[in-house]
Amino acid sequence: MAQLVSTKINNDPIQFVCEPQEPLLDALRDRVGLTGVKEGCGTGDCGACSIILDGTLVCSCLVLGVEAEGRAIETVEGMADGATLHPLQTKFLEHAALQCGICTPGFLIAAKALLKNNPAPTEEEIRYALAGNLCRCTGYDKIVRAVQDAAKVMRKG
Amino acid sequence: MLTGEGLVQYVAPETTKDAVAILAKARGSTHVLAGGSDLLVRMKGGYVEPDLIVDIKRIKKLHEVSKVAGGFVIGAAVSCASMGSNKALKKAWPGIVEAANLIGSDQIQGRCTIAGNMCNASPAADSVPALVAAGARAKIAGPKGKRAVLVEKFATAPGKTCLKKGEFVERIELPKRLAKSGDAYLRFIPRTEMDIAVVSAGINLTLDRKGIITDARVALGAVAPTVLLVAPAAKAIVGTALDDDALEKLGAACSNACNPIDDKRGTVEFRIRVAAVLAKRAAKLAYTRAGGK
Repeated sequence: MAQLVSTKINNDPIQFVCEPQEPLLDALRDRVGLTGVKEGCGTGDCGACSIILDGTLVCSCLVLGVEAEGRAIETVEGMADGATLHPLQTKFLEHAALQCGICTPGFLIAAKALLKNNPAPTEEEIRYALAGNLCRCTGYDKIVRAVQDAAKVMRKG
Repeated sequence: MLTGEGLVQYVAPETTKDAVAILAKARGSTHVLAGGSDLLVRMKGGYVEPDLIVDIKRIKKLHEVSKVAGGFVIGAAVSCASMGSNKALKKAWPGIVEAANLIGSDQIQGRCTIAGNMCNASPAADSVPALVAAGARAKIAGPKGKRAVLVEKFATAPGKTCLKKGEFVERIELPKRLAKSGDAYLRFIPRTEMDIAVVSAGINLTLDRKGIITDARVALGAVAPTVLLVAPAAKAIVGTALDDDALEKLGAACSNACNPIDDKRGTVEFRIRVAAVLAKRAAKLAYTRAGGK
């Protein structure tokens, strides 16, 4: 039986209706229209569907939509401030840290979660923190450099 | 496409009592949801088609890590990530916390739980050998009240547990931490991260003032249908200062206890041999952590 779910998504109160067994990933894409959340594997291996749920980085494919009742969700759509990109987005562009782009929203959200807890991560820490996000195009080096550069900008505030 | 669409029910009780009442009268395929990192994957793959999903994460008490009578109580909804950020727990049981933190990526860590890891009943579960070595108990709530089961008795076969109708795991209890004690968990995987143990070993030991081991528990993962508690391996090091001879006997006892399968991740021979290597290394680490020199 479909259920009504009340959440806060990127600071906006949002309600959606979903089936009890429906992953939050599908609810976000198909019911709310937030297609920045990507499905790579649907089993928590690739990180393309990463979101921040009540402050915690999770794969939205491994959360049921109904579990989001009363929770706050952050997706890639909430990262830019109007027309101003988030420093991570700017640095991903500058460093060409993406090619096909399907993994990018997940990397951006995972990197955002990392930098919130650790504003000055080492390369090793970045690689471990982003180990749950897969990219078939870049070979990761450019992503790591973009995150380091964005961290530098963000530290200066 | 998930089957049975429209027929599935989801409930999120706020008390253990309510959860037990719901589970006890449930019919059909009923699944308890904690972190969901196993259940949702199995649903996606079509291996389970739940009629009822009982989410226990709205039971506030299950999110707590508390210290009771010198031991720790870890609620069934506590994520492995929050275990990692609990300094007191990490200091007392570094082996358990490291084992829990080896499971999956940061995304998985934010959801997965050690109670769920145990309930999934995989012989390769990372946190289970560490829990077995610690002498941890699962506190089970059910229609007939609560009962405690030693973690090594919880899984009865791959994917099978001792849980009866209406029961669920409410928390994991770690015993009182004695002075001069240490634990460690090590696993072999062919890469540095994001993999399932091919062989694993968890060891917990206590020393006397002279550095002689007075008590030990040795557990092995992924070398038998369930995680093994290897009593002869513990016996091999108790009464010693973990000298080379004791370590050799420990390794031999571990290899001897293995009853592994051949699969794409490792052969029988490999697993038997590596079980000894990992047990020896984990013993040395636990010994150092206990203050032994």
